[in-house]
Amino acid sequence: MVSRVKVGDRVRVRKGSLVYEGVVLPKSEFSSENVLVIKLDNGYNVGVDVSDAEVEVIEENVVRFHEPGLSRSVVRGGGNLKITFLSTGGTIVSKVDYETGAVRPAITATELLEAVPEFADYASELAVIEFSRLFSEDLTPAYWAELGSEVGRLIESGVDGVLIAHGTDTMTYTASALAFALRNLPVPVVLVGSQRSSDRPSSDSVLNMRASLAIFKEAPFGEVVVCMHGTISDDYVLAHRGVKVRKMHSSRRDAFQSINDAPLARVDFPSMKFKLLNPRFIARGRREDFQTVSKFSDRVALLKFYPGMECGIIDLLVDKGYRAIVIEGTGLGHVRNACVDSVARATEEGVLTVVTTQTIFGRVNMNVYSTGRRLLKAGAIPGHDILSEVAYVKLSWMLGSYPGLERKDYVELFHKNIAYEYNPIHKDSLFPVWSHEY
Amino acid sequence: MSIDYSSIGLRVGIEIHQQLATKEKLFCSCPAELASDETPKREVRRFLKVAKSEVGEVDPAAQYEIMKGRNIIYEVPENHACLVELDEEPPHDLNREAVLITLAIAKALNSTPVDEIEVMRKIVVDGSNTTGFQRTAIVAVGGYLVDDDGLIRIQTICLEEDAARKVDEGRGYVKYNLDRLGIPLIEIATGPDIRSPEQAMRVAFKLGLLLRLSGKVKRGIGTIRQDLNISIKGGVKTEVKGVGRLELIPKVVEYEVSRQLRLLEIRDELIKRGVKESDLPYLMVDATDVFLSSKSRLVSSSLSKGLRIYAAPLKGFGGLLKIELMPGRRFGTELSDYAKAWGGVGGIIHSDELPSYGISEEEREAVFRLLSLDRERDAYVLVISDAESAERALKAVMDRARHALIGIPKETRAANPDGTTRYMRPQPGAMRMYPETDIRPIPVTQELLEEAERLKPPTPEDLLTRLVREHKLAKTLAEQLIRDPLIHTYLNLVEELGDKVQPHVIATTLMIHLKGLKSEGLDVSLIDEQTLKTVLEKVGENILSKDAVPEILREYSLKKGEVSLEELIKKYTGIGVGELEKLIDEVIETLRETLLTKKEKAFNIVMGEVMKKVRGRIDGKVVAETVRKKLKEALGT
Ligand SMILES: [Zn+2]
Repeated sequence: MVSRVKVGDRVRVRKGSLVYEGVVLPKSEFSSENVLVIKLDNGYNVGVDVSDAEVEVIEENVVRFHEPGLSRSVVRGGGNLKITFLSTGGTIVSKVDYETGAVRPAITATELLEAVPEFADYASELAVIEFSRLFSEDLTPAYWAELGSEVGRLIESGVDGVLIAHGTDTMTYTASALAFALRNLPVPVVLVGSQRSSDRPSSDSVLNMRASLAIFKEAPFGEVVVCMHGTISDDYVLAHRGVKVRKMHSSRRDAFQSINDAPLARVDFPSMKFKLLNPRFIARGRREDFQTVSKFSDRVALLKFYPGMECGIIDLLVDKGYRAIVIEGTGLGHVRNACVDSVARATEEGVLTVVTTQTIFGRVNMNVYSTGRRLLKAGAIPGHDILSEVAYVKLSWMLGSYPGLERKDYVELFHKNIAYEYNPIHKDSLFPVWSHEY
Repeated sequence: MSIDYSSIGLRVGIEIHQQLATKEKLFCSCPAELASDETPKREVRRFLKVAKSEVGEVDPAAQYEIMKGRNIIYEVPENHACLVELDEEPPHDLNREAVLITLAIAKALNSTPVDEIEVMRKIVVDGSNTTGFQRTAIVAVGGYLVDDDGLIRIQTICLEEDAARKVDEGRGYVKYNLDRLGIPLIEIATGPDIRSPEQAMRVAFKLGLLLRLSGKVKRGIGTIRQDLNISIKGGVKTEVKGVGRLELIPKVVEYEVSRQLRLLEIRDELIKRGVKESDLPYLMVDATDVFLSSKSRLVSSSLSKGLRIYAAPLKGFGGLLKIELMPGRRFGTELSDYAKAWGGVGGIIHSDELPSYGISEEEREAVFRLLSLDRERDAYVLVISDAESAERALKAVMDRARHALIGIPKETRAANPDGTTRYMRPQPGAMRMYPETDIRPIPVTQELLEEAERLKPPTPEDLLTRLVREHKLAKTLAEQLIRDPLIHTYLNLVEELGDKVQPHVIATTLMIHLKGLKSEGLDVSLIDEQTLKTVLEKVGENILSKDAVPEILREYSLKKGEVSLEELIKKYTGIGVGELEKLIDEVIETLRETLLTKKEKAFNIVMGEVMKKVRGRIDGKVVAETVRKKLKEALGT
């Protein structure tokens, strides 16, 4: 009975004395096997078990569900900036088809303009490129390499800003990858995401995108930044240094916060006022000095230490051919003493072992306790105040882009402050103060 | 009004929204309760993204302008809202208790549950939902309610989240409190099967009673809202939102019928006059110069604020604007509603109502001349405001006026406290809905259905049996009670006083005394549930005689609250037999001479005098016995 009914057909389902009429929709992963999800004419969906019902197809393919290919489009605006919007996937801008209930990404320039009309005020030319349609958790170092090259080409072509729409979960990784790959940036590169899906009127994505316009126009820095809400109100958006930002909450719109560093700037709403917050920034470079160094190795691992961890895990990684391991240690940068030998073995095999801290805030210092001192002796490289994720990306970039260096050169490169991934001065105001009124 | 409702083809459907008395909200674990004024709160500010293509109303452009850029402020009351209400966290699973209650009520209405509940997002961009949509789901379809005049079909039974509570609104902003957002609501929609204003009330009452009998719905002001869909032959289906009180329903229906009939008459008159759409182009004329030396305080104070007066001609509308559509609401009022809603202006002034507001006949004439209009046949409207608002207001007025040539526009209207209605917004087209992908579909399992069966509310017949058997009410009284909206007050009072006051005293107070006072024409609006409770409580404590109840209620109503309830209770506080005897002795002593001469009337005379002083404070039978005994002693009769 059910087999000849297709998604998109208009059907009449007779069940006892009841009659349901509507369009068959794709059902969720959770729907039961015999259930047809039908969109009634009043707009509601209902799930009807058709194992004991009579289903009649009134009209086939009333609605078609198809996914168009990746698109590229351009519109002109009344501003003077050449801006490229690049979508990696997810749905930073999306449109709802109320007929089918399907949410699809709106990725043509015209659609973007309808969602964020301010683009027309700032841009002379707005190019929209749908680069990929991937969830952020599915991105890999190989993907960063491709994305870095694409953005590099765009900057060389003379754009005034690149806006990248990205899923929020792994935004720090991609932002860091770009920060290392794009040397002497002449213009800002902005990553934006949405913590509330963009199909809903309350989505945070619109403001996050609008903020990027003020960054392109007014920011003195040439850095890769992440533009996300500063608070749970729609009052300002922060531009965070890509190598110093972390998603600190699973769902709040102000989840992204700078760690061990101040955000670079803020943009107020509705005034669109730009304000520089951090005087320590990398100024926009000269276009002729711009360089793309975008190769990444997939032979790096990120390991979180836990009490009782079997040291053999480190040996296993070394034996599997990994070239670098970031161990997120405890406190000032420790793992259990029993594992010191495994670290020493890794060093002997030419594997770089970086130690960062699980506390997220603060820096590692492996001189204070004997375990730390023993680890240093075994060849562990202290990660100072670098974020574990950023250490992972940096090692991947170093090994991919500069293969075959000596260990001491790698250590030196790792400690070189390339994109301000290290902050030598931690002011007390960099640690968030929790409210203790409940 | 004597309208034959069947001949004009009246059709009414009811939508009832009632808050469920669940422990938690529909999509989070916050308590399903409102905060108090003292609850500490924080504020969050938001904007909603309003896509032009999604407004989809009659005049999307204008509506879009109003919504766009509006600052929405949310009050976040401590312990009454979490990240879910703030739209900072995805919704949790659908509240199982709410699903069960809804299924139980569906069963009582002979409705069929769907096999899988799919939660939808219904776009709402006024800010009353932090997400920009309301979550709603169909739980059951079909079913019926038995009414004296036939079956009333049930179309759908939905479970949805209540919206945030609007607390303030001003230029460029609107403020909501988040406590109400997410409280579960059941929505029951009947078919358009109701044929008379009285039947509409009866059906609403029956649905309300059924909900009440489930014992699983909230009570009190604001927990139930009734919407009516009203149409007549040749008219349109008008949606009336937010009819709060049951007793208002027949009036709302009558007034809407009257409005539609009058509007059809106005259309016919316009056709007769030969008015065409081309006679009504949008034209806005600055008429400020006419009023520069006006004696009108309204005009001069507005002009001093820098506002101007704009006029728009309405060719062929002379005399029509003053036609009354509903009590106190003329055709001009309808136009004014449009100006308010679309232009955000205070209203309009029209030529049919001039001279007034201090505007003189000369000024009225001058505007006619300015617009080159015929002062008998034509009309015009004036708006006092800035140019931008005036333009929006007058465009809306002209659109509405042009529609008068066709008939009645499809509107969503809001109920006023007197049963009249006012224009709220155009009826939305097809609802903009799409699936709520954050919530898994809920299979309606056998287990759920069995559990719901146990929650199924008793029928009114079950209630009747209970009133007679357990409450020991006379059958006729019980039958009256279950058909009367006062049943709610009765059940509330029995619940609160049941072990102190006999149910039949409560029932008599409501159905005989209170109704008696009402039929005498007394305004009994002061007698609320709390008043009744206070008085009846004293009966329970033997401080008042039950005979005192009607007396106190009468006096309380008559004095319109000038005398406090406490004073009245003191006044009617019962007296003992000892005190009564003393009083009778005094009366007999004072009247001794008279009584001796009119021995045969002595009882009546003394009884009358004594009752004047003790009415309601002691049982009349006791008074009669004592008077008889005393007279015997004193006069030997
Ligand atoms: Zn909550």
